Amino acid sequence: MDEIFGIPAPLLFGQLLLGLINGAFYALLSLGLAVIFGMLNVINFSHGAQFMLGAFVAWMLLEWLGIGYWWALLLAPVIVGAFGILLERTMIARLYKLDHLYGLLLTFGLGLIIEGLARNEFGSSGLPYRIPPELTGAWDLGFMFMPVYRGWVVVVAVVMCLATWLVIEKTKIGSYLRAATENPALVQAFGVNVPRMMTLTYGAGVALAAFAGVLAAPIYSVNPQMGSNLIIIVFAVVVIGGMGSILGSVVTGFGLGIVEGLTKVWYPEASSTVIFVVMAIVLLARPAGLFGRS
Amino acid sequence: MNFNRRALLGAAASTPVWGALPYRSARAQAANTIKIGVLNDQSGTYRDLSGAGSTQAVRQAIKDSGIEARGITVEVVQADHQNRPDVGSTVVRQWIDRDGVDVIMDVPTSSVALAVNTIVREKNKVFINSGAAASDLTGSACSPNTIHWTYDTWMLAKSTGGAMVRAGGQRWFFITADYAFGHALERDTSTFIRNAGGSILGSVRTPFPGTTDFSSYLVQAQASRAQVIGLANAGADTINSIKQAAEFGITRRGVKLAGLLVFITDVHSLGLQTAQGLVLTESFYWDLNDRTRAFTQRIGNLPGNVKPTMVHAGCYAGALHYLKAVAEMGVAAAKASGVEAVNRMKATPTEDDCFGAGSIRVDGRKIHPTYLFEVKSPAESRAPWDYYKLLATTSAEESFRPLAEGGCSLVRS
Repeated sequence: MDEIFGIPAPLLFGQLLLGLINGAFYALLSLGLAVIFGMLNVINFSHGAQFMLGAFVAWMLLEWLGIGYWWALLLAPVIVGAFGILLERTMIARLYKLDHLYGLLLTFGLGLIIEGLARNEFGSSGLPYRIPPELTGAWDLGFMFMPVYRGWVVVVAVVMCLATWLVIEKTKIGSYLRAATENPALVQAFGVNVPRMMTLTYGAGVALAAFAGVLAAPIYSVNPQMGSNLIIIVFAVVVIGGMGSILGSVVTGFGLGIVEGLTKVWYPEASSTVIFVVMAIVLLARPAGLFGRS
Repeated sequence: MNFNRRALLGAAASTPVWGALPYRSARAQAANTIKIGVLNDQSGTYRDLSGAGSTQAVRQAIKDSGIEARGITVEVVQADHQNRPDVGSTVVRQWIDRDGVDVIMDVPTSSVALAVNTIVREKNKVFINSGAAASDLTGSACSPNTIHWTYDTWMLAKSTGGAMVRAGGQRWFFITADYAFGHALERDTSTFIRNAGGSILGSVRTPFPGTTDFSSYLVQAQASRAQVIGLANAGADTINSIKQAAEFGITRRGVKLAGLLVFITDVHSLGLQTAQGLVLTESFYWDLNDRTRAFTQRIGNLPGNVKPTMVHAGCYAGALHYLKAVAEMGVAAAKASGVEAVNRMKATPTEDDCFGAGSIRVDGRKIHPTYLFEVKSPAESRAPWDYYKLLATTSAEESFRPLAEGGCSLVRS
């Protein structure tokens, strides 16, 4: 049997692929964080709770209203995004002129409260959510058995990342956003409603988190802790990629998914720490992150 | 701006005062008061199977014991150990040194339980463990102050592991939570498999807590050509493993999953569609017989809208038996020496609605029958929480590790 570094080749390919799939989640979540930080200068620590809310709203839509996965994919981000807009208008908007730390503390507190409320209401062991019938089953790739649903996750994540990048880099509204980040007063003087743009950007970032939550519901346990388990890793991804860099967070998300996947074969005990080791090394060599502007 | 900052600082400064408030009344303790501290996971993955439900079970035991009619007051305090040994140790030291707690109860998460075990022995109080699994609590780490009530890794390994080997599962691969509990469960199960002529093809140790994706480990397990994948983990880890094994079609292609520790709350979370056919071991099931149903009726709705788990049942029965000993020996004697209180509990046979008649061995192991269940299919389940059918019962004497094999120092002396 062909072996690479002592690991049979088929097993290694399988792990690379699985790493890529997990990387898709990291990329989607860090994308939302990067968009929010890039435009609002707020480190959104309630991102994990909003990811969790996406999954819970999908569950509620199914259990209480009989609305299935496909509609949930659209409705849950809209509902959670609207909730994000409410948070931004009533609380977060008041902190833009202060130090980053205030925004971090507020969103961190909000995240804890949302998670606690969900835990009180639904318990901690989680709720069942099934893979939609259209996406059940698996392909035999020869070296691995690949569930259709995981393939779908990768495709959707890549499309979503590309779309977000295109909107921000190539469209008129994207150019307004980028301009508003550089010099809000000047952009406002040209008649652009900057505060409203900030609100919608936060809503969109939160909607991305909720979208990832709906994607995650059929494969991970839908429980109140599901976001906090992931969010620390995602923050490391954003820091490694360079705070606020869209391209950086997407590339780093997928890349670190693969690094983590390979660690799970060679030394599983370190799989939860390897990302932080990478973060430490990157910060030493390039303090602004791989794609960040110093 | 200034005002805001000041308000924030003020709020931060006042927090410790609020934190200390519940303790104030504790200092003024009467001589005829027993204080029980329920320590467990109240915010993480083990919250539903222990958590505030365990406190409710202890309160039910106080009510059912009728002890307060004899003029003895029982106070209950609870805390969250966050599955961290350092947090659990600090709470227990504060409870004993400052607040006069006499008994520590529940303590799931074996790493925390082993730390608490040492402190309680050093302080000569009582430790009735219901939630932790490591069989070391009555083996190499046994203590004259500790009773291990509900279940342990040896019992799970023998019942579930033994049943899987008998059904033809000879080649095993373990997915093990990387802490004391996972290690103990893998060790105990491996011994049974090897003794029955089976073999262990490999194992992976997954970081705890914080692992959500098990697909990589499941694919490794499958590549080892094992017939059985042993899940030496619990709570959300087990749920994610089973859910993802179904997704990757592992069970459909003839590989069996051995959920070595599965609670009814996990089955509820998975849903019968995914969990059906799973074989598991528990020492209590709410719908087992008239007495367990009566207990479930009495205790009512638990936090998180769950039926009582075996951990809740163990907290109930443990507290009931302890209070019986207190009533017999008197509050003063029970408070003075944890070892004496535990000895009294060991000398008296146990009797309660959850586990029936039983006893406590010299090594601190509570013994009672254990049950091998299979999870029903959605068609077989007639009511909410109607999840298990009974496959086999193991007698109290055969359920747990023989006294001589545990290496407990109390047995030799």
